[in-house]
Order: sequence, then C-alpha cells, then structure tokens
Amino acid sequence: MSIRGAAFIAGAYEHPKRVIPDKSLGQVHAEVAAGALADAGLSFSDVDAYFCAGDAPGLGGISMADYMGLKLRYTDSTETGGSSYIAHIGHAAAAIKAGKASIALITLAGLPRQMSSNLVMEGSEAPEDPFEAPFGPTVHGLYALAARRHMYEFGTTSEQLAEIKVAASIHAQYNPNAMLPKPVTVEEVVNSPMVSDPLHRLDCCVVTDGGGALIVVSPEVARDLNRSVVKVLGHGEAPKHTNGGKVDVTFTGARWSGPAAFEEAGVSPKDIDYASIYDSFTITVLETIEDLGFCEKGKGGEFVLDGALQAPFGKLPFNTDGGGLANNHPANRGGMTKVLEAVRQLRDEAHPAVQVPNAQIALAHGTGGSLPTRMGAATVILGREDA
Amino acid sequence: MTESAVLPNPAPAIDPETKPYWDATLEGKLIIRHCNACGENHWYPRTLCPFCGSVDTEWLETAGKGTIYTFAITRKGLGHYGGVGPYVLAFVALDEGPTMLTNIIECDVDALRIGDRVEVVFHKTEAEAALPRFRPVAQ
Repeated sequence: MSIRGAAFIAGAYEHPKRVIPDKSLGQVHAEVAAGALADAGLSFSDVDAYFCAGDAPGLGGISMADYMGLKLRYTDSTETGGSSYIAHIGHAAAAIKAGKASIALITLAGLPRQMSSNLVMEGSEAPEDPFEAPFGPTVHGLYALAARRHMYEFGTTSEQLAEIKVAASIHAQYNPNAMLPKPVTVEEVVNSPMVSDPLHRLDCCVVTDGGGALIVVSPEVARDLNRSVVKVLGHGEAPKHTNGGKVDVTFTGARWSGPAAFEEAGVSPKDIDYASIYDSFTITVLETIEDLGFCEKGKGGEFVLDGALQAPFGKLPFNTDGGGLANNHPANRGGMTKVLEAVRQLRDEAHPAVQVPNAQIALAHGTGGSLPTRMGAATVILGREDA
Repeated sequence: MTESAVLPNPAPAIDPETKPYWDATLEGKLIIRHCNACGENHWYPRTLCPFCGSVDTEWLETAGKGTIYTFAITRKGLGHYGGVGPYVLAFVALDEGPTMLTNIIECDVDALRIGDRVEVVFHKTEAEAALPRFRPVAQ
C-alpha cells in the first residue's frame, strides 16, 4: 500500500511572530491551527484527526483537542523531535488512505525565548542519559562532533559550511518576518564567534517563538475546496542512533528516509525542483544533501559552492524562506516550517525573488534530536495538485 | 595554547541494571558489556545485546585506552556546565571496540587532533559513581 496521491495539503500557516512574550503555549497552537484552517477554507468543527509532537502541552494531543474543542476519531503524537511534523504528514496520509480520517490538523508551537532553555541535554530518564549527560553535551557541541569528523574524512571546510548560511540569509532578506533578514558573507560566518569549535555562531539556527500548522485532507475533501492544494507523493522516516557504540557521525537518517520517500513518490533526486532541508546547523544541511542523494557522500562541501542552494536558479534551491538558519526555528523544531515553504513553492506563493519558476516537485526533510547520537529523520515528497 | 577548563562532576542517575558499572568506576575500572552469543562489545552498557538480542551478556574490563574519533571545543557550557569553558566533548573509540561520549581533559585544546591516543581518568561525583574522562597520552 502506498500513500501516493492518498492525501493533499490544503492549508498551511506560519505564525508571523518570532518573539511572543504575551501568549500561552496552548494559545499559539490554537492560533496556528486557526490560520491553517482558514487557509484551507475549513473550520475547527471539520477536523477529525489531530497530530502534534510530544512537546505539545498536556497528554498527547488530547489536551489541545480539548482547548480547541475538536471532536476526533484519530490522534497521533509521534515524537521524533523536529522531524515529527514531516512524519505526521505520512501518518495522516496513511490514516486517510485507511479511511480512519479525512481532515487532519497538524500543529507545532513553542516559546523557547521565554521558557527555560531546552538546549541542555540533561535530566532525562532515557537509558543513555547517565552515560552522556554528565559530560556537558550541548546541542551545538554535539553537532560540532559531526562537523569535525566530516571535515576530517572528506576535507570539508568552514568556508563551505558558511555557504549554506549565506544562501539562507540571501533568501531571508525577502521574508518580512525573518528573524535575521540581513544577508551575510562567508567571511562574516567564519569570523563569527566560535560556539562549539568547529561551529561558529552563524553556523547555528535562530531560536524563535512561534509555530505553524498544516491541514492534510482526503482527495474527496480536496476536490471540494476552493484552494490550490499540494499532493503528498511519498514519505519515509528512519531513526538513527548510536548503534551499540558503532558510531558514525558522517551521515544522517536521511540515508534511509530519503530513498523510501523517493521510491513511494516514484521520483529521484534529479526530479526535485525545490528542497526544504532541515537546517538546525550548517552541517545538518551538508550531510543531509549527501544522504538524500543530491551528491555523493563527502562531496557536499563542493556541491554547495557557487550559489548552488540559492533560488531561483541554483542547482538545488533550498529554504527560500530563510530556513531555520535565518528565518524561523520555532520551538527549536524546524520540520513544520520546512513543509510550509515547500507548500508555498508548489502554490507559487513564495516571494517572487525566490520563487522557483514552475516548481512541480518539492522535497521537505526533517531532522530531530541530535545527529551524532540519536536522531529522527523524515522525508516527504510533494507535488502540484496534478503531479 | 589554550588549557581545557576544570569540569564540574554532575552525578549520573544510577539504576539496578548499571550499578555494577558505576561501582567499578569507584575502583578506577572502565567496564563495558560483552555478548557471549555474538561476541560483540557494546556501549552504553545494557543487559540486552543490541546487535543480536541475546541477554547472555557479561561485564568486560577494558584497558581504559582509546583513540579520539571526533571532538568539539565548547566555549561556554550550559546547565551543570554553565559558564564553564573551553572544554572538550568527544567520542572516544575504545581499543575494545565501542565508541563512547566523554570529555578530553588536561589538554591543550588547540593541539588536539582526531586520532590522538587517550587514557581514562575517573572523576568522583557526589553519587556513588565516578565519571570516565580521558586525557592525552604521550605519542
């Protein structure tokens, strides 16, 4: 059974704010839900399935269902960190295909700028925690482990990683809501302060409040809506972990989630007109591009040169909203915003300066958790309504 | 020359499954888990072999030596490490096979390289446990 064509994204909404000191977490979830429903031309009473990740306030999706007054026949609170929302699309499509749902709401919201930092990896009940947390593994420290090893094995440089930030920042200047709307240069990135060597401050994504939501519907519902919709063509997901101590930090779970998504969609990397690539750090993008098959393993550093990632005419236009690196990374979880910009591209609703002409097929990829230890990976391939 | 910072020693949570491991750290021994069914050594230690699913596993004392697989130099830590830095977070590949997350200490962080040989040192915590960290050994 394939989900190809079984579901359509009919509504998408990104919270316009990046700092939200005056609202509750539940309120932001509800605001983005209302925004996506309005975008689709639907209302709360139409929703029969609700998806959120483990960070939504309360018991799975039930507390937020209560807050929003949803009457549901399907809930899913799959938690794979920032990749959750991309996994949710695949799960929603499968539920729709199985007849368990027809209008699914997916929400993400977070207020990390006002809450205590969750960038500290300590104090969990995970079995690995006593063997890792006492050594001070910050999120940037962990990703720096991947960056240094990639540099060691493949000769990747800080300047090559910086090209990824540069492309994102060039896109962000066209996004009036972007957290960092000013273009930066390679020199500015490599001269920004070291956070965890070899990663500089500008190798890191922004920390933002906010969120986003998606409405995934059945073909029957999509047909009746007065809105251009985006077809779900394929999805793949794969956790990656430390493999009993046989650690390899030079690749991500995209090595497995990507091929699964491409196979279901019946397309290959060369068919992708636009890609939203998870960008918690520049190294996250570099390894993911390789793992998704846009270039050979180890050649990512060369691939990103010469404006390859810059829209509209680069080899692989990516993250045209400015991505997590320059626009938005709400709740420290970037999977939702990856899908939102892919939907804009396929609806010709990206900023004209970065709209990929006639974009037919887009990919959105999410990473969750920590690349060198335990990560979620989820890939979704989307197409225009008639793809 | 940039000397690595003196580190805090946060206490790990100790449970019945891994208490022998922590007891060994108090005696200056780094032990890992060995599977009698498939012969693999794994990390972090657990009863179930993650490679073959057998529970016929036992403790194995290591020589406490290894090689740096990769490392990061964090300028300023968070949480228990708040304000501490620079310090080195690293994956060390033990000579017995598994790669573990740890710190490299007593080092010039600017001179550290992937592939450097290191040896274990234990730092006592407030709990009945010591943290296995590593320091460079003369090449």
